Amino acid sequence: MENLPWFLLLIPIASAAIIQLGLKKSAALSSALSTISVLATFIIAVLLLGKDFSSSFNWIEAGTLRLNIGFKLDQLATCMMIVVTGIGLLVHIFSLGYMRDDPAKARYFGCLSLFMFSMTGIVLSSNFVMMFIFWELVGLSSYLLIGHWYQKDTAADAAKKAFLVNRIGDFGFMIGILMLWAITGTVVFEAMNGASLDTAGTYLAGTAILLVFCGAVGKSAQLPLHVWLPDAMEGPTPVSALIHAATMVAAGVYMMARTFFSLGITAENMEILGNAPDVIAWVGGITSLVAALMATQQNDIKKILAYSTLSQLGYMVMAVGLIAPEAGMFHLFTHAWFKALLFLGSGAVIYACHHEQDIWKMGGLLKKMPITAITFLIGTLSLTAVPFTSGFYSKENILIAAKDSPLLYIAVGVAALTTFYMFRLFFIAFLGKARDHGSKDAKEVPVVMWGPLALLTAAAIASPFFSQFFPTNGHVEVHAVPHFGDKLVLMSLGAFATGFVFAFLLYFGKDKEPISIPLFRNKFYLDIIYQRLVTVFQDAVAALVHFFDEFIIGGLLVDGATRSAQGVGNIFRRFAQNGSLSSYAYLMGLGAVLVIYFTVFAK
Amino acid sequence: MLFAFILIPLLAAIAIFAGAPARKTALSAALLNILGAGYAASTWNCSCWNTGFQVLENPDIKLSLGLTGIGSVMLILSVIVTLAAVYSGKCPEGREKIWFASTMLIAAGAIGAFLSTDVFFYYAFHELALIPTFLMIGILGSGNRKAAAWKITIYLALGSIVLLAGLILAMNQMPSWSFTDLTAAPKHQNEIALLLIIGFGTLVSLFPFHSWAAAAYASAPAPVAMLHAGVLKKFGLYGLLVIGMKVAPEGMAHWLPWICILLLGNIIWVGLVTLNQKRLDLMLGNSSVMHMGYIFLAVAALAANENNSIAEPAAILLMFAHGISIALLFSLASMIERKTSTMEITQLGGLAKTAPALAFLFGLAGMASIGLPGLANFAGEVMVFFAGFADWKDANGQINMGWVQWTTIIALWGVVISAVYMLRAFRRVFQGPLVKSTETATDISICDKIPAYLLAATLLLVGFYPQIILQFINIK
Repeated sequence: MENLPWFLLLIPIASAAIIQLGLKKSAALSSALSTISVLATFIIAVLLLGKDFSSSFNWIEAGTLRLNIGFKLDQLATCMMIVVTGIGLLVHIFSLGYMRDDPAKARYFGCLSLFMFSMTGIVLSSNFVMMFIFWELVGLSSYLLIGHWYQKDTAADAAKKAFLVNRIGDFGFMIGILMLWAITGTVVFEAMNGASLDTAGTYLAGTAILLVFCGAVGKSAQLPLHVWLPDAMEGPTPVSALIHAATMVAAGVYMMARTFFSLGITAENMEILGNAPDVIAWVGGITSLVAALMATQQNDIKKILAYSTLSQLGYMVMAVGLIAPEAGMFHLFTHAWFKALLFLGSGAVIYACHHEQDIWKMGGLLKKMPITAITFLIGTLSLTAVPFTSGFYSKENILIAAKDSPLLYIAVGVAALTTFYMFRLFFIAFLGKARDHGSKDAKEVPVVMWGPLALLTAAAIASPFFSQFFPTNGHVEVHAVPHFGDKLVLMSLGAFATGFVFAFLLYFGKDKEPISIPLFRNKFYLDIIYQRLVTVFQDAVAALVHFFDEFIIGGLLVDGATRSAQGVGNIFRRFAQNGSLSSYAYLMGLGAVLVIYFTVFAK
Repeated sequence: MLFAFILIPLLAAIAIFAGAPARKTALSAALLNILGAGYAASTWNCSCWNTGFQVLENPDIKLSLGLTGIGSVMLILSVIVTLAAVYSGKCPEGREKIWFASTMLIAAGAIGAFLSTDVFFYYAFHELALIPTFLMIGILGSGNRKAAAWKITIYLALGSIVLLAGLILAMNQMPSWSFTDLTAAPKHQNEIALLLIIGFGTLVSLFPFHSWAAAAYASAPAPVAMLHAGVLKKFGLYGLLVIGMKVAPEGMAHWLPWICILLLGNIIWVGLVTLNQKRLDLMLGNSSVMHMGYIFLAVAALAANENNSIAEPAAILLMFAHGISIALLFSLASMIERKTSTMEITQLGGLAKTAPALAFLFGLAGMASIGLPGLANFAGEVMVFFAGFADWKDANGQINMGWVQWTTIIALWGVVISAVYMLRAFRRVFQGPLVKSTETATDISICDKIPAYLLAATLLLVGFYPQIILQFINIK
């Protein structure tokens, strides 16, 4: 049992290595190996549920520095492992159908295994450095999978963008880790405690936490580093479901929860971090609002879901900032299942409509693919927090955490917007009549694809009832079951009703977009602004620096070389006492120059 | 016994000039050395390998060799890169003699320097290795080879003279020239440190003495670029750690602000220069200059506090990792040029389709060089960063942001810069649709794969388990 968690890491990396080294030519064997490996890790994850122990070995030992690779199992980790391996397994199975005819199927499954390895590493990490290692490795697997169809310029650009934007976040993350290490004297989660933060002072402790949070801003695509996630939809849809909706993008929330638990940050002692928690909460709140507004005007089915993911991640981050990481984790857990369901559902739709992603070219899919449509509807109801669905319970917990903050109004507003854009999607794509030949010919997908949808539906409904596995830090009552008639529940129901009514009035039975809001459609023009900033501040500055480097430093130094040599000679003569050696020095240097001169240049 | 490591490539070079089959002789010598180094590394645990004899009585100079912990790491690096270098690059018809003999001479010089335990011979072996380097660029280089060769010759010869001045100034105050007798110089520490920083710095392409490097590496035949950037260049850093910090610790501390500013020149300034390169070989050459900044950061941490116990192992590990990764990149770049006949990034595209193995290896090496975890460079870089923050909190628990901490933070931005240029290049060369230069390209042959996989496997092995290198440094 003690060694079992290592297999969670060994099995997927072995699968990835075997596929890369030997099975590149055999798509069938690769996909089978990869799927079996994730099934094995799922079984192990179930066996480990609720376990609490840790183990590690020395990775780097030099001087006073000890960095370990190890695992720390607790409620937080085992619960997250179920999400990762459970959804991972269903996505692997779904991919068997979705990627059936892909010429690079072996590479695809190899990369999925690499992703499973990296994501497992994040979840099991016993310390910050290990988390950073796997943090970057999930970035690599995400890069490889977004760029799966690398011959398409858009896919290759999206992959690059995702990696680079995450690198910016990781820049802050690394500094944060270094600061926490210097303050607390350790990077190991179990050995950290909040007391050492006190000695560092509010300012430094808050700065360190915010820098660590930068990592989460990159990985969980919070403003202002959110731009990579919508572009990442260039990857195959199952990848979007697994990596860019359920697991990797949620890693930021997981990491912050891990950080707060390890440092023992609670509502009572949060003032040692100064304003840092407020900053985190507001970043989350603003992201959730802005992303929800962007989602209302998108036409690409995957893009709508991508902005929805951004928005929901903002919700979770907001909860973390309100020092309710357990509420954030609870929402992460329920969201993972129903968002994976929605993404795989969209994958099924895209597959059935011959790779059409524009919702205005779909329509009437409820009749043509009923299983997909009904599971998609259940996912929608969960996401829009209809009572008794999983999303209802978890969202209610976030509202409770926000009840004394102005963020409550943002949270309720976002809930209304969520209902609005999701039902807009559902009305346009699944109801009405088919508007294009893709949706006219659509047929229900094979069982290898709808099977996972059905299982995800079950999980999406049942997920809140696994509640005993939820992380607590002993201070907050976890996921209180909401009472109807409570003010917060009424606000939430009101939000749902508002969103639904507006969606119904505007979009039910419509064949083209009745309203146009360019600001939302163009994502607040942020992508264009960033593009310009990069062109000016990076490329133009680089060109200028290059110019100076070539003509000033290069030119001046070569010209000045003879003169400086003379100067050095003078210094040298003043100090050197040994005559024979000094002349030897000149001889050797000059000799080298002359040899070169005569052999190369004087021909 | 240790003489064998130098004599094998030296004799191979002589044999090649005398008419032995060039490639086979060089390969056998490189293989022999790799076996020997493997044996030495696995059995070494004492000073029983030390050997030497007196050359001069006054000053006290010995030709003495020894296998120190750091030296063994550099020996392993040298023999691995030598083997890969012999395999790499395409020798022009009829020039086999000078091509392979020079490669062997450079290897002999580099190994000699890293095995020397006497300052004079440490210096002399390096000079021995430089001459064939200059010759190879001047005679068999590509592009504007004479200009490149002239630039590297001027810079490195002058750098060597400055260095020798500093060494003589320091060694005149020591009882002998032996490494074991090095102590803090009683006089002129600031002057010694300045001369050593400029001298060694020029050899390592420290900003602003770096303009020779990219042009020379772009022009140099692949084995020369691999051996110089991968191995020989580490001579200067090794010297600063092993000699500079010993003879002038206070002098190094005196110049700390300057070291910090110059190393940021490498990381940020040269990083931006790298970003603007349009040719793959120039980009790689500049990137190698940039990454020297991180090793200098470890030197700076050591200069700020000579008791920083993380900085030296960090520097050595990063030197090793950088040596392997840059050698692999130069080797792969030469293969790309052979397959597509161009180094202009904009004229390439989609090469992953026609040459998947080449794309995989280049991706791996590129990721290593930008510090992706799981590959050797990350382990070294992360240790350097920890070294930078090791003295943040002083003995009283007080936190002071000093030169080294601020430099570390700014230097970390370089990690973003390097990701930008490397991924951009990978994107343009290997991804996207095929273009004219790449659609008829073929994948690399088994002969190209052997050295590349050797280097790639080393990067992975050390990346996953850095202790394999660090163990040599931990034993004192």
